[in-house]
Parts: sequence; structure tokens; C-alpha cells
Amino acid sequence: MQLKIQRYDPEADVRPYLKAYTVDLNQVQGMMLLDVLEYIKDHLDPTLSIRRSCGGGVCGSDGMNVNGKNVLACQTQLATLPEDVTIYPMPGMPVVRDLVVDMSQFYKHFESVEPYLQPKQLPKDHEQIQSIEDRAKLDGLYECIMCGCCTSACPSSWWNPDKFVGPQGLLTAARFVADSRDGQKEKRLDNLSGKYKLYRCRGIFSCTTVCPKGLNPTQAIADLRSAQEDV
Amino acid sequence: MTVSTQVFDAIVIGAGGAGMRASLALGVEGKRVAVISKVFPTRSHTVAAQGGINAALSNYDADDNWKYHFYDTVKGSDFLGDQHAIEYMCREAPRSIIELEHWGMPFSRDEKGKIYQRAFGGQSRFYGKEKVRRTCAVADRTGHALLHTLYQQNVAHNTQFYSEWFALELVKNKQGHFVGVTAINISDGSKCFFAAKQTILATGGAGRIYEQSTNAYICTGDGLGMAWRHNIGLQDMEMWQFHPTGLYGTGILISEGTRGEGGRLRNAQGDYYMSGYSKNADLACRDIVARSSVQEILAGRGCGPDKDHVHLDLTDLDEDTIRNKLPGITEIAQVYAGVDPRKEPLPVVPTVHYLMGGIPTTEYGQVIEHTPGGDKVIPGLYAVGECACVSVHGANRLGANSLLDLVVFGRAAGHHVAQLDETQPLVYDQDDIDQGFATYTQMMKRTSGIAHSVIRSKLQKIMQRDFGVYRNHSEMQSGLQALKQLKHDYDHSCYFADKSKVFNTNKIEALEVGNLLDVALSTAYASLYRTESRGAHSRMDYPERDDTNWCVHSVVYADESTVKRPVNVAPNEVKPVILEVRD
Repeated sequence: MQLKIQRYDPEADVRPYLKAYTVDLNQVQGMMLLDVLEYIKDHLDPTLSIRRSCGGGVCGSDGMNVNGKNVLACQTQLATLPEDVTIYPMPGMPVVRDLVVDMSQFYKHFESVEPYLQPKQLPKDHEQIQSIEDRAKLDGLYECIMCGCCTSACPSSWWNPDKFVGPQGLLTAARFVADSRDGQKEKRLDNLSGKYKLYRCRGIFSCTTVCPKGLNPTQAIADLRSAQEDV
Repeated sequence: MTVSTQVFDAIVIGAGGAGMRASLALGVEGKRVAVISKVFPTRSHTVAAQGGINAALSNYDADDNWKYHFYDTVKGSDFLGDQHAIEYMCREAPRSIIELEHWGMPFSRDEKGKIYQRAFGGQSRFYGKEKVRRTCAVADRTGHALLHTLYQQNVAHNTQFYSEWFALELVKNKQGHFVGVTAINISDGSKCFFAAKQTILATGGAGRIYEQSTNAYICTGDGLGMAWRHNIGLQDMEMWQFHPTGLYGTGILISEGTRGEGGRLRNAQGDYYMSGYSKNADLACRDIVARSSVQEILAGRGCGPDKDHVHLDLTDLDEDTIRNKLPGITEIAQVYAGVDPRKEPLPVVPTVHYLMGGIPTTEYGQVIEHTPGGDKVIPGLYAVGECACVSVHGANRLGANSLLDLVVFGRAAGHHVAQLDETQPLVYDQDDIDQGFATYTQMMKRTSGIAHSVIRSKLQKIMQRDFGVYRNHSEMQSGLQALKQLKHDYDHSCYFADKSKVFNTNKIEALEVGNLLDVALSTAYASLYRTESRGAHSRMDYPERDDTNWCVHSVVYADESTVKRPVNVAPNEVKPVILEVRD
């Protein structure tokens, strides 16, 4: 496999550059792109920096742009990749080094939607009751792993990275608006009515196309808009 | 490079379930707390837990009781668990789960709208008489839901996170009090001494000492290594749980929930073999199931061309259960094995999963040293979660008791620290801090030698070969000698090529290998020390449980000394469970 990987160390490099690696896949244990990157780190070039943790598609650490699409390296099968692979850090976020991006803006947008349940009142000694049907409304929303693939793929986020809440933030907002246990639905929807919130999404669907968990932020945003109209 | 100092009321190292539950408890009490984590909190390995979290809520089966949960846990531990701690955990379980639900954890629901509970291994009611469904679940993503819920609550409480900071060494003052930790900022390489009167280790497991593991890359036993290097004795380090169903080839966890929902293990001949090994069949305890699968493989009944794994058959489960209760497993099977679990069995093999042993603590997380006169609390240091050994899991952890352990003891430690009367001043000098950077500085200067990845690879192969499901003296002894050579190599010539400051993962991994080595050595010492078979520790040369000599904790030290520590058999409210044979 021929890989070109964007390298950048702010201490040593004036600007980012692509570095080529040739990997004999017979030497690589495992069948995912992350296994190849680990092989490069261990055998070819120890200076390559990436983020990774679980290696199983649930921690959301290793989002990167592979042949033009944001993916998680740990769940990208080598069998699905062509012989030539080009890897960039996730676009639209400042590069810290190599494939590691600065996600602080992304986390701030997450925090801006008050991402925690705010029930009106709680039963004392037992759980809040929620029907199977109401709980099902959280499916497709709560599974987000905060990898950033969606927001990094969103043209509206590229244009206004500091202002637009982005698909991840809005998906999170939808998760709490949809929760029958939450008592602040109106406040939450109100909080989304600014210029750079719900209607900054242009329905491009990039977020949905790239989500490694198969979630649909565009649909969540549409649902939030309908909910806002219903209020 | 200069070292800055930051002072807090308390420091939590690790932002998984235990660390973030502890930080919440401290935050609620108004304490100034720093949470130091080498990854962003939601990247912590708690996220990978799947099946659930145990609590006797009686939502599915009436008349479940925490006392039955207590009984099951003691028995599951093969009587190596401390009964007062198990009592505390099981009694606190229901309200701990209710609390998580109140914080927004999106539990699956039953027809009455209550928290959904599923069957798991080793669970019974009426003291072993009937099966019971006690495991509270969020589909098969319970760890993800729990970790994210705790992170959300920490956001709500403005917890101060130091994400992508790597803790190097604990700092102890001349009076023997722990006073904080040295750390480096991964993002820019800067150094800091985090000072506090209390430090809580919540650094998780160390499954990466093995070649095949369900654990994340980050599970490198950093807190265990830090404690070990301060000559704190580690307890029951021979007790490594092999999960019966790691996905063959990758090691990725396939939840015990699959068997709780009705899945069964099968050999190459198509026999559902577990019923031949235990009356609880596929829902026997994990150590029993893992051994049974290895027996099948050793007898030549394994699956595949190399007959080196077994099959997990979910094809009898109805479509609804797979879709609603096991969606994550379905995804994993498809992505990582190319298998549709509705149509074909999953290839699985016992895979190292969890460390029952660790840093010995009281039920409030205080780290203790065992002396001839009894247990002594080590001032200034706490440990919670997988790096701790309180000990509620003994020689074998019950499935879905680990997430419970995190929240119960994370909370207990946080509260205990918050209640301390801290009138004594925080005392340390420059020398104490410098010691905490000594190894790091030395390694930064070394420009040639053996790459850490070479040492790590050898270490993992040794552990996989010599400290597996079945063990015996001669293999372990040769494994130990090889580990000692590696330790020597690491101390004298391990180096990392990359000396840059910004997000240098080469450097971080080299430091992690030091921790892996310490954990591996302690595992080797303890495994050779315990001359019996109990729970997860199965010795071919000592195949029987030896209650006369070994119903005690093993404690091992970096200088290779060993000591036995009594198991607590004095719960407060309930009668102790008396020794019996497990089935």
C-alpha cells in the first residue's frame, strides 16, 4: 500500500507537507487502517502522531480524512481502500501536529447546548418512568461518539467555525429535546434560534454522509426546526 | 524546561467512569479539583463497556435483593473478594443506578417504563436457587452511555479537566505523605507539578500487557506503575480475567449480554458445550466459561482451519432482540468480522479483559499498606476503579459489576476526600518534585538504544505465552526471567527517537511501556507466588483451590518481596458467605 500522510510539526516545519510511506500489508497484523498507521509508527517512522484509544470504533479518537472523506481509522477496512491512500487531518480544524487537530472549538459548541439532562422534578427513590416508545426517540441521537467527523465535514462549520454550533452540537441538542425526561424543551429550542444555530445548516448532508456511527444529524436538525415551529 | 506548579484541593488522575464520578462528588462539595487525563474524557476505556451495570432493582424479577447480589458476587469472586466491600457495593447499587438515570443516562426500558434488566453470568436470587435478571442496560452500549452521562454532568458542574496531560510520577514528601503528581502536557510538552493534599488514582486497567486484549491502546496501567515505583504493594495481580468472547483476530469485546439474551457457545462439531461444563451453562462465571472454551480448543474441537477459536451462536435470537438489544454487537460483527450475527455464528476466543487485582484500598478508596500489625492507610493517596483492588471482584469479577464498581467507589472516594479535615499544611520541597521528573529527564537525554516498541512487543508476547488462561511454574519462571531482562533493557537503554515538544506520541508511548513492564512484573511475581488455582488463576501444577493456605490476598512489591493479606469475611449487616465449591 502506498500512503501519503500530511505531516506537520509546528516547531520544525514552516508548512505542512505530504510524506510517502510504502507498507507491505503482509507485515501488518490486523485488517484496519489504524493497524497500518500503528505499523508505520512502530517500524517505519516513530515521529508520526495520531490520536487513538479503543481501536474499536467507540471512543471517537481517530477521525481523519482518508482519500477525501472523514473516517475513523480503526473501522476503515484495508480491503475497502485502493492501493494509493492519502491521509489528511480532519479539515476545518486547526492542526496541532500531523493528523492531530485542535478540537477545543468543537467541544465549546457541544457545551453551548447545555448537554445534560434538566428534569423539572425527580422521583425520590426510583427512576423516572419512560416508555419504550419515548426511549426509542433517543435512538440515533445518543450514540454519538464526538469524533468530530461531521462538524469537520460541514461547509457551514468551515465558514463560521467559531460561531456555528455545527452538526454535532445540534445533534446533541436534539438528543435532549427528544428526551421525554427533560423539562427545558422550550428553553433549549429558544437557545437554538440565533443566526448561527439551527438555520445555519444548509442541508448539505455531509455530516450524515461521513458519520461513522450511521447517525443522521441533518434529520435531527430538521426535527429540531419542526419542534421549534410547534412551540 | 521550567516546571510550573498548580495547587488544588484534590487531584483525580484519569477521566473514566471512576475518575469522573469522584470529581463530581468533589465538585458538589465545592472542592477545587483538577482531573488529569491523557485522553479527552469520552475517549476513556469505560466507553467500551457494553452489557450493563448490576443492581438488584427487581424491575424484571420481583424479590431480587442486594443481599442476593452480595452472595453472587462473593461466590463469583471464588471467595477472594472482601465481604464488607462487596456488601457496601451491592447495597449502594440501586441508588447509584437511580442517580445515573436521574442524570440522564438513556437506559433501555421495559414495558412499565422502568430500567430494562437482562440476564448475565453468575446471577441468582434466593442464594443461588433461581436465575435472575439484574443487569441494567443501555442496549449494548452501557459504558458509552455511562461515560457520556458522567462527562455531561461534569460539564454541568464546571469540572476543571486537564485533557491530554500525561501523569509521570506521584510525589511524596519527606514525611511520607503523597502531595500530588508530576505531569507533562502532551499538546506542548510543558511540565507541571500538580500539588494537592489528596490524589485519587483512577487510571484504569492494563490489558495491553497482553498481545491480544479487549482493552484500548491506552490501558497501560499508568497508576499501577506509579504506585509500584513508590514501593506500594499491589494486590492479587495474578487475577486477570479472560473474557470468553473476544472477537477472534481483533480481540474486540463481544458482550456477555449476547449470552444473557440467549446466545450460546458452540464448538466445531456443532455442540453447545457449556452445558457439559456447568449447570449454569453459558451463563456460568467468566473464568469457568473461558476455561471451558480453552478445553474445547485443546481437545481439538476448536473452529476454523487452525482449530483455535470457538463460535458464538446468536442465530436463535429473534430479530427484535438483535435490533433493539444488541445493535452495537451487530455492527461490530459486520465491520470487524464480516459476519451477520442473525445468519452466522461469530468467531470468538477467550481474551484478556480485566484486572481484578490492583492497588489495595479501603472501601473509601484510601490506599493501604499491609503490615504485620494490620492495614495502615497511606496518607494523601486514593485509588478507585480498575486500578484499585478494594476488593470486590476477588479472583473473578462478575459481568456488569465493573461499571458498578466505578460509580460506587468513585463516589465513595470523592465524598471521603471532600469530608477530610485538612488543617495540616501541604508540605513539599524542590527535591520531591525533581524526583518526579528524574526518569523522564533521563529518557529525554538518551539518543540511542532500544526502541520502546521492540520492548513492548516482546513483553506482550511473553505475557500471552506464559501467563495465559492456564499457567504452570516452569513457563512462568522462564517468562519472569525474560521480563527481568526487558526491565533491565528498559531502565538502561530504552529510548524514543522523537524529542519534539508538540503532541509527541512517541515519547508518551515510551513512558507507557515503563508502566506496562511494572504491571507485567507484578503479575509474574504474584502468579508464581499463589500456588493454587482460584478464580481466574488456573495452574496446571496446582489444579485445586487451597483454602487452607490461599484464601488470602497476595501482595507483591517491586523488590520482589511478597506477603499474604487476610480476606475480609465480616460484612456488617449480613451473614458472611461460607466457603463452598462453585459450579
